[in-house]
Amino acid sequence: MSGKPKLTYFNGRGRMESIRWLLAAAGVEFEEDFLETREQYLKLIQDGHLLFDQVPLVEIDGMKMVQTKAILSYIAGKHNLYGKGLKERAFIDTYVEGTTDLMQMILTLPFSPPEAKKKNLPLIIEKAKNRYFPAYEKALKQHGQGFLVGNQLSWADVHLLEAILMVEEKEPTVLSEFPLLQGFKTRISNMPTIKKFLQPGSQRKPQPDDKYVATVMKILKEG
Amino acid sequence: MAGKPKLYYFDGRGKMESVRWLLAAAGVEFEEELLETREQYEKLLQDGALMFQQVPMVEIDGMKLVQTRAILNYLAATHNLYGRDLKERALIDMYVEGTTDLMQLILMFPFLSAEDKEKQHALIVQKATNRYFPAYEKVLRDHGQDYLVGNQFSWADIHLFEAILMVEEKKCDVLSEFPQLQMFKARISNMPRIKKFLEPGSQRKPIPDDKYVETVRRVLQMYYNVKASV
Repeated sequence: MSGKPKLTYFNGRGRMESIRWLLAAAGVEFEEDFLETREQYLKLIQDGHLLFDQVPLVEIDGMKMVQTKAILSYIAGKHNLYGKGLKERAFIDTYVEGTTDLMQMILTLPFSPPEAKKKNLPLIIEKAKNRYFPAYEKALKQHGQGFLVGNQLSWADVHLLEAILMVEEKEPTVLSEFPLLQGFKTRISNMPTIKKFLQPGSQRKPQPDDKYVATVMKILKEG
Repeated sequence: MAGKPKLYYFDGRGKMESVRWLLAAAGVEFEEELLETREQYEKLLQDGALMFQQVPMVEIDGMKLVQTRAILNYLAATHNLYGRDLKERALIDMYVEGTTDLMQLILMFPFLSAEDKEKQHALIVQKATNRYFPAYEKVLRDHGQDYLVGNQFSWADIHLFEAILMVEEKKCDVLSEFPQLQMFKARISNMPRIKKFLEPGSQRKPIPDDKYVETVRRVLQMYYNVKASV
């Protein structure tokens, strides 16, 4: 009953990837059920498993959790990655909302038409360099510590690393003006559970390709 | 050191309205600095007051908090509106994420072209009636309690109440198939602080009008070309 968490999603990153990162960072093994057909998705809805008819779905501790943010908050809280008190939690929440906004832009990119993709990618890089990365660089500079909040690893650090790697996939030199983020990236990447997740053979998913996009659109019949 | 929270936003609902609701429901008095000019906004930027160059921003307990969700989480937790443990918090989070998605559809509405407004209106009603309200109706019906989570008033109830009122402004009989939600709405409306917030003269903001849209566009120099969600 209280076995490994089970993740139901497409076989790709999407909104589930942040959850895979956080579970991996926390050293929690998890199972995955991949949605490959519309029938699977409709059955989940019929069986009443999806509160708002949406995935991600994570079955954990007897709950069928939906809504990415809710799932991540629960995992962070359970595994001591949510700070030591309400103020630290507030900082973690603020940082995570920022990285969510940034990653949201990249998430939707594969689903936009080619002209929109061409136009939006430079805008995303510009936002990363002018809005988001400066905020995190400043946070690290202000306290001089190795982690974003409370001098210990938290959800905010894992989420920021994920965001950095995603933007670097689009623009490899994006951290060139951000020395503290470069150090941060190296440091967090070298933590044992994260290092393991970054190695081939882990449950980390590759960048979305046309097949992934086609599968999602077929299953959800949207867009 | 604990003065009143101070809210920095436009004179209108937008993303700050949920914060106003939560503070009012918690019985917390608050001040507001209303953004009317680009200069005010640029000064906030220059002073480094906005972590991601965005509002809402709330000054509270020595922090300049940005990101609506972070602000709401903090307020809910500090006022005992976030459940008694991790599992109750998980339920509250799930429900609030749902009402957030629904209200997000309405939030962008005033910025749309007339043609897109028609499409968006249909989408809002459809999603409310087919996806969101059925979910909350079922939650209430299944446990038969007065509140969504843990048999006590929480942030999830306030947020759902706000969402119901917002959708009703688009279609006044939208709750006709949802008896539990009708009773829920009546119950929450009658709570003293909620009742007070619903009365004229409170800090609740009216439905956004053209002046609001013009102000936001002028101050932020964005949102000139917003498209319907589908």
